[in-house]
Amino acid sequence: MIDTKDSVLPVIGLEIHVELATETKMFCRCRNRFGDQPNTNVCPLCIGMPGSLPVMNRKAVEYAMKVGLALNCTVAEFTKWDRKSYYYPDLPKNYQISQYDLPLCEHGFLDIPLKDGSTKKIRVLRAHLEEDAGKNVHDNPSHTAVDLNRAGVPLLEIVSEPDMHSVEEVMGYARSMHRLVRWLGVSEANMQMGHMRFEPNINLHISSSSRTCKTPIVEVKNLNSFRALERTVAYEIERQYSQWRADPDGYSIDKLGKQNRGYDDDLGRTVFQREKEEAHDYRYFPEPDLAAVTVSQEWRDGISSQIGELPLARRARYMKDYALSFKEADALTLDCPTGEMLDAAVAAGAKARRCANLLLGRGSAIANERRCAIAEIGVTAGQLAELAKMLDDGQINATAAAKVFDELTDSDDSPRAIAEAHCLLAVTDTGQIVAWVDEAVAANPRAVQDVKAGGKKQARAFGFLTGQVMQKSRGAAKPEEVQRLLRQKLGD
Amino acid sequence: MADILDLSALELRDAIAAGETSSVEATEAYLDEIESTDGRLGAFNEVYAERASERARSADSKRADGSAGELCGVPVAVKDVLCTPYGHTTCSSKILANFRAPYPATTVAKLEDAGAVILGKTNCDEFAMGSSTENSTRGPTRNPRDLDRVPGGSSGGSAAAVAACQCAAALGSDTGGSIRQPAAFCGIVGFKPTYGRVSRYGLVAYGSSLDAVGPMTRNVSDAALLTQVIAGKDPKDSTSLDEPVPDYLANIETPVESLRIGLPGEFFSDALDPEIAATIRKAADLYKKSLGAKIVDVSLPHSRIDRDGNGDLSSYAVACYYIVAMSEASSNLARYDGAHYGHRTPESGLDIVEMYSKTRAEGFGEEVKRRIMLGTYTLSAGYYDAYYNKAMKVRRLIKNDFDKAFEACDVLLCPVAPTTAFAIGEKSGDPLTMYLADIYTISVNLAGLPGIAIPAGLSKNALPIGMQLIGPLLSEEKLLRVARMFEKASACPS
Repeated sequence: MIDTKDSVLPVIGLEIHVELATETKMFCRCRNRFGDQPNTNVCPLCIGMPGSLPVMNRKAVEYAMKVGLALNCTVAEFTKWDRKSYYYPDLPKNYQISQYDLPLCEHGFLDIPLKDGSTKKIRVLRAHLEEDAGKNVHDNPSHTAVDLNRAGVPLLEIVSEPDMHSVEEVMGYARSMHRLVRWLGVSEANMQMGHMRFEPNINLHISSSSRTCKTPIVEVKNLNSFRALERTVAYEIERQYSQWRADPDGYSIDKLGKQNRGYDDDLGRTVFQREKEEAHDYRYFPEPDLAAVTVSQEWRDGISSQIGELPLARRARYMKDYALSFKEADALTLDCPTGEMLDAAVAAGAKARRCANLLLGRGSAIANERRCAIAEIGVTAGQLAELAKMLDDGQINATAAAKVFDELTDSDDSPRAIAEAHCLLAVTDTGQIVAWVDEAVAANPRAVQDVKAGGKKQARAFGFLTGQVMQKSRGAAKPEEVQRLLRQKLGD
Repeated sequence: MADILDLSALELRDAIAAGETSSVEATEAYLDEIESTDGRLGAFNEVYAERASERARSADSKRADGSAGELCGVPVAVKDVLCTPYGHTTCSSKILANFRAPYPATTVAKLEDAGAVILGKTNCDEFAMGSSTENSTRGPTRNPRDLDRVPGGSSGGSAAAVAACQCAAALGSDTGGSIRQPAAFCGIVGFKPTYGRVSRYGLVAYGSSLDAVGPMTRNVSDAALLTQVIAGKDPKDSTSLDEPVPDYLANIETPVESLRIGLPGEFFSDALDPEIAATIRKAADLYKKSLGAKIVDVSLPHSRIDRDGNGDLSSYAVACYYIVAMSEASSNLARYDGAHYGHRTPESGLDIVEMYSKTRAEGFGEEVKRRIMLGTYTLSAGYYDAYYNKAMKVRRLIKNDFDKAFEACDVLLCPVAPTTAFAIGEKSGDPLTMYLADIYTISVNLAGLPGIAIPAGLSKNALPIGMQLIGPLLSEEKLLRVARMFEKASACPS
């Protein structure tokens, strides 16, 4: 634990790699798809065969621009490609086509939510495009196999400034970025499929009574889950602090140097990999096989116009216009289509509160069971709007509405038709309810007696009788109406 | 009719089209010629006799159908750096000795689509790195004009094959003069089009920003014909130019009016063999006196050739060229590591880095290793600015010199190489001297311009002397006409 006498400021920057969900790869027309048989989505370019040449996928550039613009970045009018050289079997050309000194997007920021409800700006240094490498498969002790299906998949590398100072901020940034790229429809950002990978840079600025110092920067490579990121950052803060604490006076950054560390999931901690001084010399130089890219105002504006309302703005609007709580508004802005569904239902005349309750009640529960977004459970905005209006008009009660909602996930029928078919419409026929009340009273003399006697048992007995009537109506009677008629009957 | 082997590509095409001969007849004649002469010459790495005969039969039946293309039935050869989906594509290197490309180079596909019959692949310096075709795992190609001499390089196999009538025409590649210099050494025509005019797809890369595919032919009209077939935008090559391809043959016989020919003074220093200098000046005289051209003196200061303190030749252009080409080469050749295809060391029990180094040590020849090492060095952290970045600036200045020169003239006339064909073994031990064989050609690649080498005369010892004409970007049509003017005028003594 950190001693309260010491002032310790973690300084954390994050590189995020996002695989873009284009149909085809970055520089060839091979399919960009996870999970196929090894080496089935490959061509001479993916294998790095002589004479093959890259041809840029314009869609990938547009996706990257979309992210850059949503991150408030400057999109370069002129950008180019560079080769980054290193030898590894999953990189058959032994160079990666990337962007070095003129990235597509630069100098933006992302607002992240903090626990207290405020937001913080995390600056984005740059976001550039590159091609992903293949995968070395080490499942056989005698040899390493190489799967090149992933080789050449477009990869967006988003580099933040070291603006984060706690685990909470790192996680807020990572999750906000995850939400954003899904929101924009540029990546599935499925962590299990490696669509999003993190590389944090971490060090501490420590001031104690005697002196101030900075710990050496540690870079942790290739984290592919939020859990790993969270544990890595927490562990590194603790580890670097303990290392300093062990010998604050003898502590010297020169003795330690920058390090690359890896995350060991079984141990839940980071392990030393190499000194950063041993880092590769990547010998960047301009890629002569690709023309430079000129981004016209028109092209950029076209992409810009495709970006609608972003998550933070929508959440604020829901809190203000729909009077939802932060938690409710946040849950409805996890992805873009759920909010679009809500907005469409409201536009169709339904009340936002009713719609939100339906979506966050049964909607959220079903989405959780099915591991999908609320918008994906099969209920349309039109159905949602109609059901909300029925609730509002007293045509259906909340219990019945929940049942109708469940049915809607597998049906194109209107909520009214479903309610009718299942006899879930509110019974407004007073005569029918009076008949059920009479039956219930006749069948339960003890309860009637308890009610009439008053005292401790009265409320429970009244509730029991109400329940009996509700049951006879199969939930379709309005409970208030049942209670009114029951009181009338027993007051006789 | 003359001997079928003596016909130019254009003449042969027309003879086949007219039914005077057939592709089968021509193809068999060439295959026989290769069979009987290539043991001495060593121009071919691989001959596709069976496939060529089959293609010839198919060309003849196409002609009968009336669906003949522009090169219908004409037997040609291609340099062994152009991929074919049949046979091997080796770049004359051990590391690709068994490599079979699953795809054709766009230029090869275009030749075949036009009806050409590919006879085989020609020898070259390994990965097109050299000026003599001695750096080949297949052994050297010999100059048909003098078998003790080199044919030039790196497209020496294509040059020798055309000069020795082993094919009607051939394709070569030119990164710093590799089409033009061997054309000059063997007494044929070699044409390097504007960078991007012809697709590089399927051309095994050496220096990607410099590489160009072009024809090597018996005369200027054949060069126009082949360029016509292979030029144009290729969606598979992002650096190919999306510009219309003019009809290069339509006006080839029409002289260019009020032609202005520039002589770059820097190219006529004492580095140049006096006999060659005299031949080029004579050519200028012919343009002036017989063809009504105006001769103007121009300057290409950054392509200047100096002598250093030791009396050795030096040139900004040569330095710039070797930095750019070797930097790109070090990266382009990184892929030959034994992991996915090509030669892999037979030694077992090695870790990945040892496997890489052994494979590359075994697979590459001396010159290729030298260039990879130099290129790796010039791109390294701490040296990048001093070498690569500086070279890019020099490249810009060289380009600007040409732009300025072309304000005063239509084309430049200059030598192709400082000497005529040298003896086999004469320079192979001295890489720096070998690099200077390119001094008059490399600036053209650095500037991306079209340049053509055509025969200008013979030396005292009967070796061919070539001359070079250089035009502005995409001036192929005019450049070919200017070359044809000289070819025609020099053939009929006035």
